[in-house]
Amino acid sequence: MLKQYSFDKTAVQTFDAQTSLALKTEDLQVFYGTNHAMHDANLAFPKNQITALIGASGSGKSTYLRSLNRMNDTIATVTGKIWYHGVDINEPNVNIYEIRRHIGMVFQRPNPFAKSIRENITYALRANGVKNKTELSERIEKSLRGAALWDEVKDSLDKSALSLSGGQQQRLCIARSIAMAPDVLLLDEPCSALDPISTVKVEETLLELQKQYTIIIVTHNMQQAARISSQCAFFHLGHVMEYTPTGTMFSNPQIPVTQDYISGSFG
Amino acid sequence: MNAKRKDMIATVIIDLIVAIVVGILFFLLAYILIKGLPHVSWSFLTGATDSFDGTGGIGVQLFNSFYLLVLTMLISIPISLGAGIYLAEYAKDNWRTSLIRSAIEVLSSLPSVVVGLFGFLLFVVKFKIGFSVISGAIALTFFNLPLLTRNIEESLSAVSRSQREAGLSLGLSKWKTEVGIILPVALPGIVTGVVLSAGRVFGEAAALIYTAGQSAPVTNFADWNPMDAASPLNPFRPAETLAVHIWKMNTEGLASNAAALSAAASAVLIIAVLLFNLGARVLGSYLYRRVTASK
Repeated sequence: MLKQYSFDKTAVQTFDAQTSLALKTEDLQVFYGTNHAMHDANLAFPKNQITALIGASGSGKSTYLRSLNRMNDTIATVTGKIWYHGVDINEPNVNIYEIRRHIGMVFQRPNPFAKSIRENITYALRANGVKNKTELSERIEKSLRGAALWDEVKDSLDKSALSLSGGQQQRLCIARSIAMAPDVLLLDEPCSALDPISTVKVEETLLELQKQYTIIIVTHNMQQAARISSQCAFFHLGHVMEYTPTGTMFSNPQIPVTQDYISGSFG
Repeated sequence: MNAKRKDMIATVIIDLIVAIVVGILFFLLAYILIKGLPHVSWSFLTGATDSFDGTGGIGVQLFNSFYLLVLTMLISIPISLGAGIYLAEYAKDNWRTSLIRSAIEVLSSLPSVVVGLFGFLLFVVKFKIGFSVISGAIALTFFNLPLLTRNIEESLSAVSRSQREAGLSLGLSKWKTEVGIILPVALPGIVTGVVLSAGRVFGEAAALIYTAGQSAPVTNFADWNPMDAASPLNPFRPAETLAVHIWKMNTEGLASNAAALSAAASAVLIIAVLLFNLGARVLGSYLYRRVTASK
């Protein structure tokens, strides 16, 4: 029997005016038909930091993440505000394609295109008008270096991306996202399909990438959240229960539900 | 009876059924080839038919069959590609979509002779196009469309959703994702379906008797201007195909060796259809390896 926790008792931090924020949601709610999957999420994400979203399956963390770049548009109703550079990007008249170029996403299962490694990076770039050959090859090298994949694939850029290992494929997906030069990178459990060694590589990559990007990562793995994130938000049954610096979350959780989840005596 | 015994009996029965099916197929193939092949020669394959008694070669009919096939595919592939993409990606799951699906199913179960008569009344008579390659191609398109559409829809739907999400998350439009990312992955399946349907179109007779006609006027193979009446490429000339020719030889052939001639033509037709099937397999797996680079 799952323990009952009050949704009224939450501990969600806010940031003062000095902190520059990359993204902020106000009263974000998500409905799948009549199913109310996300209640009033008020979170702000500081620039150039990694924020981890943790919680059990069905807690709404992936749902929340996918709302941020409007990937839920066709499957759910999302209300509330998503502030990005002073614009509410949850408005219907916002250009969602433009938004997704600024807010990139990496998925749970590596999903490289069935194309060469090179084309995986250049396809979307060319579709967006980057045609110059030198610029394209610069972007390929820069993004693959950014994803710590360059040394492994630099001699086989024309090989199929599907011939790479799972971990390499996932780093290629990260490279593909950062080649678009986004501001924010959303990652939906990017390591859950990877072995421990590949996981370490992806984590090292993310720690390096936070210098240039704001990263929001959903993870099931609490050690991973503790290892790489600066801020940590805990989701429970569609509610944001606690949002604190990661150190505080794991050493001194503020409310009982978080304490139970962190210590493993949940439910 | 114990489980092991039951299993053995079931296995024997299933093996027997498979053997019967394969046996019938091989018997048919062997019969047609043994009866027909001895009469096949180079002059038979390239020569013209005598318009009075039907003796002579099948050169014109063979060309007509291929030309009709190409025209049919030129018309039906773009339409079914559009319809398949619509059904797989854009159609909402509602009554209108299921109406479209049932309509396609009905179209695919229409007897081909009915399609032929419809084409005869509408294109040949009403639109005054006359017995022609183009009338035949449109009639064939009618029953080629549902199968191709279904094949394309299924090939596209089989591509993982995560590929679509990857495209969308990079800021690509739905259309761009579909054409640039999903379609190439689905291509091997689509090509296999197209080649297989080509085999069926190639062997079709009933729908063509009243549309493409039963005469194969001698054409001038040196004249490739589609506007000239004698050109083989002229889409408005009547064009008896190989399958129609076989049907005609067997119903009203006047030649003393009509049986041998139709057996030879049947052998050629069968070989062509077998080549299409083989081609579909080879091309499909080649494209699959090309696309996924899995050696």
